[in-house]
Amino acid sequence: MGNFSRKVERFLEVFINAGGYVRVLEGLKNTLLIAVLGLVIGLAIGTLIATVRVLPKYKRLPRVLNGFCSFYVELFRGTPMVVQLLVFYYVLLPLIGVKMTSVAVSVVVFGLNSAAYISEIMRSGIQSVDPGQMEGGRSVGLSYANTMLRIVIPQAIKNILPTLGNEFIALIKETSVVSFVGATDLYVAFNYIGSNSYEFMVPYLVMAILYILMVLIISLLVKWMERSLRKSDRGR
Amino acid sequence: MIEVVNLTKSFGDLQVLKGIDLTIEQGEKVVVIGPSGSGKSTMLRCLNCMEDPTSGQILYHGVNLADMHVDINEQREKIGMVFQHFNLFNNKTVLENIMLAPVVTQKKHMKKLRRQQKQNKSADVEILTNAQIKARAKENALSLLERIGLADKADAYPSQLSGGQKQRVAIVRSLAMHPDVMLFDEPTSALDPEMVGEVLEVIRDLAKSGMTMVIVTHEMGFAREVADRVLFMDEGIILEQGTPQEIFENPQHPRLQEFLSKVL
Repeated sequence: MGNFSRKVERFLEVFINAGGYVRVLEGLKNTLLIAVLGLVIGLAIGTLIATVRVLPKYKRLPRVLNGFCSFYVELFRGTPMVVQLLVFYYVLLPLIGVKMTSVAVSVVVFGLNSAAYISEIMRSGIQSVDPGQMEGGRSVGLSYANTMLRIVIPQAIKNILPTLGNEFIALIKETSVVSFVGATDLYVAFNYIGSNSYEFMVPYLVMAILYILMVLIISLLVKWMERSLRKSDRGR
Repeated sequence: MIEVVNLTKSFGDLQVLKGIDLTIEQGEKVVVIGPSGSGKSTMLRCLNCMEDPTSGQILYHGVNLADMHVDINEQREKIGMVFQHFNLFNNKTVLENIMLAPVVTQKKHMKKLRRQQKQNKSADVEILTNAQIKARAKENALSLLERIGLADKADAYPSQLSGGQKQRVAIVRSLAMHPDVMLFDEPTSALDPEMVGEVLEVIRDLAKSGMTMVIVTHEMGFAREVADRVLFMDEGIILEQGTPQEIFENPQHPRLQEFLSKVL
């Protein structure tokens, strides 16, 4: 065990004195930023796609939009996140001549990617809501969009909250690939500490613990939200 | 007030309505009876285009609702509908259920009025602020709840109400829009027997107040009591119609005689 405490000492030395904590904080910030913004973008676009996909299909415009949306979903579900990140950063951006930081690119790619998954989650959520809710809204003169937004989607979100929590957790964990385009995340930060202390056991252990802590906190948050959203259910 | 001209409706290959012609006068109470699958609910749901007619016309105050260019939402504001399964908004309290549509549609109308007033400065119409719209809707909702004796349930969620209470709230939710006509789609079929009475009571009161109503029901006693005219539907057409006396005491068509012998 004397061996292990020496390793901890070396880790702490680099962590505190050689600026390791700055990188860890930056990595933590980036990880959370990419995951949270990715989720927000994903929710917005995903809900839009889900709404298009459940539209009645007897007119031409919904059919065309629906085709486009299912192509989008298949495209983003059919390729790994790393590949999307690399294609965006090294192929698309140079082609259209736009300069973006690697964190910004990561936010965009995570958002677009999670939109594809969330749209499918949201679609099943919307379809789980009793069609009578839509009819009730339409019968009093509310538009399709208004009923969707105020009545159906809030109930859908309540139904899919645990699955959305899962998606968020997956996003947090998948941020470990953003180092492929040069963004600092937890992996990059702890790798830096490891290479500077010539010792990888403790840094990677701490990294794992940090990930677990984040996920635990999110699980608790989701549970708390579920409970507060359940107030309209029977027997609160 | 409502004129139905040669209405047909098919679901895929199945033709449910095979040519309905019907005129409903202001203040009239029309009750539709008939066996299951006869198309009576579908006919009712076509009246406010909850189901789009396959062919034919639904003329409401002369406007053809089946025309895709008509703003159906605006027309539905004046056509209330009550469903078998209530369809209250589960994520809203009772009060919010009643207030939602009046507030949203009023805001929409005020926006339109404001735009008109800008173009034509002489237009002198009362424009309400959002707060005023909400206050009025709330006042109206509370007095409606008072009327059905559920004022104490204003902040309850639908899941905390009994079936009868839900249906009464659903009725006043429609009334909050001040409709010209109310459509009832088997309003008591999903209720426990002991709750049927309280819902019929509300509908009866509404009938006395002179509301135009179309009611699809299996409650023959109630049909006889409130109807000005009874329609008997079978296999997608109106087979016989007349006053409650004519239909219940002197049915002509053998199909109607058979139906009544089973249900009475």
